[in-house]
Amino acid sequence: MELAVDAKVSNPGGTIMRPGQPQLYLRSVAKGFANGTVALENVNLTVRQGDFLSLLGPSGCGKSTALRLIAGLSTPTSGMIDWRGPAMGKNDIGFVFQEPTLMPWATVFNNVWLPLRLQGVSRAKAEPKVAEMLERVGLTGFETAMPRELSGGMKMRVSIARGLVTRPRVLLMDEPFAALDEITRFQLNHDLLSVWEQERFTVIFVTHSVFESVFLSSRIVIMAARPGRVFEEIDVNAPYPRDDSFRTSPEYGALCRRTSDILGQAMHANVVSRENA
Amino acid sequence: MSAVESHEQPIAIDAEEASRLRNERLERVGRWLFPLLIMAAAILAWDRICVWNEIPRYILPRPGEVLATLFQDAGILFSALAVTLRITFLSLALAVIGGVGLAILFTQSKWVEMSFFPFAVILQVTPIVAIFPLINIYVDDQTTKLLLCAWIVAFFPILSNTTLGLNSVDRNLLDLFKLNGANRWQTLWHLRLPASMPYFLGGLKIAGGLSLIGAVVAEFVAGASGQNSGLASRIIEAGYRLNAPRLFAALILISFTGIVIFLVLSWISHLILRRWHESALRRDH
Ligand SMILES: Nc1ncnc2c1ncn2[C@@H]1O[C@H](COP(=O)(O)OP(=O)(O)OP(=O)(O)O)[C@@H](O)[C@H]1O
Ligand SMILES: [Mg+2]
Repeated sequence: MELAVDAKVSNPGGTIMRPGQPQLYLRSVAKGFANGTVALENVNLTVRQGDFLSLLGPSGCGKSTALRLIAGLSTPTSGMIDWRGPAMGKNDIGFVFQEPTLMPWATVFNNVWLPLRLQGVSRAKAEPKVAEMLERVGLTGFETAMPRELSGGMKMRVSIARGLVTRPRVLLMDEPFAALDEITRFQLNHDLLSVWEQERFTVIFVTHSVFESVFLSSRIVIMAARPGRVFEEIDVNAPYPRDDSFRTSPEYGALCRRTSDILGQAMHANVVSRENA
Repeated sequence: MSAVESHEQPIAIDAEEASRLRNERLERVGRWLFPLLIMAAAILAWDRICVWNEIPRYILPRPGEVLATLFQDAGILFSALAVTLRITFLSLALAVIGGVGLAILFTQSKWVEMSFFPFAVILQVTPIVAIFPLINIYVDDQTTKLLLCAWIVAFFPILSNTTLGLNSVDRNLLDLFKLNGANRWQTLWHLRLPASMPYFLGGLKIAGGLSLIGAVVAEFVAGASGQNSGLASRIIEAGYRLNAPRLFAALILISFTGIVIFLVLSWISHLILRRWHESALRRDH
């Protein structure tokens, strides 16, 4: 399923994602739970440095489970999570949840400071880093605000800033914008992309939305459910930076249609496999 | 600029909003006014009943007389109140230390919680007056006896609420802490303790009242003892001597103290939670 890099057509005027070194392999990963649910079965996946990889699939296909395995919050029943390159430390993985998951008793500053603070970085030392992160997500001036004084979109921005403040090599995002309205979601898509375009950390992004995954990703992994598995991978050969003109381009429409078709097949495959079982 | 100013001018309020506003204002005033009116009416009725039925003062004194006694016997009553208050606050402090300490211990290990929580429940459900004779045998010092009693009564709501609070942490936040390599103490200090704050404060409000009740009840069963006697001893004493006005005065002091403790703890709780917790939000939306 891995495509040769040179097979991609280059688009004039923008930069095609240039995949870096393989950073992470999932090798025949399976995860079963004590209640008998097989959340993932034989998942093979290669994540390259600087990828913006979306996991797209129906509810219950094991996207969150895969993300938790990658984060090391849970261990696979069998198979391997195989990191390449320098050993992964505490700072190297950022996680953004579906809910903003902020500490309601702490200010915006303290929430973003948290990952650094847990590693013993003092307020003074953390200050410039937190300030820079808040600026990137457009929240300068909200340092002393409490979470409940912010809108849903702003809370999500805080959560992203917190995920990025340690300068992780990999940012894991589990349906981060699913609870937001479409206008806010577009804005956050755009802002997330521009941060990523500058820094080129690796992103693994779980979503239910075909449109979102096509807009953001350099690669989309479509999963099927019961048991959760990789159904197909799609390379999104559209140049970055992407903006609203990309959203309205015929190219985008075509990619969405194709992704949507494959997603449909993945869901159908699921039905067939259940009927055969 | 003018656009901004016109925004700041009050918009016309329709009839529905106006009546809602009026109701709200009435409710705010009524919350204080009505209880006070009822109280005043009750006191007046009390006074009239005494006069009309010519009830002797050693059975039911008139309210004015009770008030006068409160002033006349202020020396005795307030020094007794000070003793009771000392027991109350000491036992409350110990209940906080013990309750929170045990709760923290419980959250360190499920096994510890499973093993010891039932004993806390047993201690709580057994009436303190039934335990007291035992305490009386084993403990000599009067203050220690009373403290122990009040503590047993007060510590359970703090323990159970704080345990609940320490365990009701957002699972994702716990994952985040784990991901960032937080150790046990960091998780406790930065996550579990703050998250348990609303629960703890709820328990504290209950424990405040209970520690006063504990202090008074303990003194009742322990019996009066000269110098160091609190309000309960004064009540018993006044009962023996048929000094009803003083009995009422002492009673009023106790209730009043209970109310003040509750208000102070509610206020502290409000101050701590007002910036973040839902319960402290004003419903202005
Ligand atoms: N801790 C657990 N214990 C038992 N079963 C679990 C557990 N976590 C997940 N599952 C099951 O594993 C399967 C995959 O769950 P997962 O949350 O990974 O799906 P998902 O793709 O993230 O779904 P969604 O899109 O709804 O978030 C589901 O059937 C779920 O019920
Ligand atoms: Mg999920």
